[in-house]
Amino acid sequence: MTGRVDLKLVVNGRARRVLVPPMKRLLDVLRQDLGLTGTKEGCGEGECGACTVLLDGVSVNSCLVPAFQADGQKVVTVEGLAVRSKLSRLQQAFVEMGAAQCGICTPGILVSARELLARSSGRVPSEAEVREALAGNLCRCTGYQKIVDAVRAAAAAGRRTSKPRRAGRGARTASAARRVASGARRTASAARLAPARRAGARSRRRA
Amino acid sequence: MRSALSKLEVVRPRRLTEALSEMAEAASRERPTPIAGGTDLFVYLNAGELGATRYLDLLGLRELRGIQVRRDAVVLGALTTFHEIRTHPAIVRRLPSLAAAAAEVGALQIQHRATIAGNVANASPAGDSLPVLLAHDAVVHVRSVRGERAIPFERLYTGYRTLATDPDELITAISIPTPPSGAFAFFRKVGTRRAQSISKVVFAGLLASDKRHRSVLVRFAYGSVAPTPVRARNAEQALIGEPPSAAAAARAQQALARDIAPIDDIRSERDYRMTVAGNVLDQFLRAADPRFMRGS
Repeated sequence: MTGRVDLKLVVNGRARRVLVPPMKRLLDVLRQDLGLTGTKEGCGEGECGACTVLLDGVSVNSCLVPAFQADGQKVVTVEGLAVRSKLSRLQQAFVEMGAAQCGICTPGILVSARELLARSSGRVPSEAEVREALAGNLCRCTGYQKIVDAVRAAAAAGRRTSKPRRAGRGARTASAARRVASGARRTASAARLAPARRAGARSRRRA
Repeated sequence: MRSALSKLEVVRPRRLTEALSEMAEAASRERPTPIAGGTDLFVYLNAGELGATRYLDLLGLRELRGIQVRRDAVVLGALTTFHEIRTHPAIVRRLPSLAAAAAEVGALQIQHRATIAGNVANASPAGDSLPVLLAHDAVVHVRSVRGERAIPFERLYTGYRTLATDPDELITAISIPTPPSGAFAFFRKVGTRRAQSISKVVFAGLLASDKRHRSVLVRFAYGSVAPTPVRARNAEQALIGEPPSAAAAARAQQALARDIAPIDDIRSERDYRMTVAGNVLDQFLRAADPRFMRGS
């Protein structure tokens, strides 16, 4: 296999096909060949997690994955998290709770958090679980607490029967529990009030 | 340097036999460099530190997959990932120190891709799983077109990042004997942070006693304190046949200095590593049997 390979991927639910060198990094395929620049490069050596994407449902560092090994697989990037250009609950919680600052680590963190929430299936993960799930994503701005709170608030806001008082369980401090409970309320109400999106943008994303 | 990635060739065999013929000597072409999860290899590639232009994909080889749990051993296919190891119920139960080591390799993104044979073949003295394999008398199964053989893990490394394997051999599986029932297994990695760190000292211990509480199986295995992962044989010897006592533990501590040869490097210093190597040994013995602490 020299020259270029005909790579078939399903990226954020959409079938894509590109001709790329086999050892090109998945990160570069996404950014350069598919124009999905939401995924960032931080360290380029699997330390920082800025390039995290889901490959067949599990988180990977896309700077360490050769294109040919992703052939035929499903890829989810940060661009795939919004639902018809409406922020997902997880993204909304990051906005509500100040969990994004400079933004370089945010796409990778959102993808890792998405994996955790999918795995937790409706349960609000404890602080310790969130911290382990995000251990491969470095953030130099936030000090992590707001990120951890936001992930937990998103999980709490997503539960139909969520009682704000219970949302704080598994937090390490009472104040963290209060932040998560109020963040969950704000996230849930922001999700209800979000404006309907423009029709043009919808058809583009759905294409 | 990354543009060079576009010039690299990849061979994708569908069967192990095809992979082995690619690895066999051929004057007409470059012997390919095997790639599986790529979590070490791409670090070197991205840094422009790899000269190889041909790569052999192992991820597509089903023969190298799977975990077999036998009565006497657990056999890990070469492509077994650390995530598979840490979540496998029989491994968690029977080889808890291996599961613990797997859970501390990088973070989830790495654990999803990195393979046990990759960790072994990369041959870093700091490889997280290596002291566990050493402590458990693991056996590395390798194959080439010439045949297959089993290499005791203890004899796998002949020097810094040097393997006893031949250039045409591929690792196919790693078998780990089941420790005697009642044996106590322990793993401790000391680095700058809990995840995503390369160890300053990494340790795996295994201890089993007879009915009269004398230590009969003693394994102290260290990483990051010598050019290869090493057993602390002098320290082990200080406990063999002895009942647990603070005096025996102290003799093991003293002997440890003759077993390891840490260096100053970017991650730590010799003196720190010596101290920590002693501390983790202490921690292990204390956890294995409180009588190692009596009187101290």
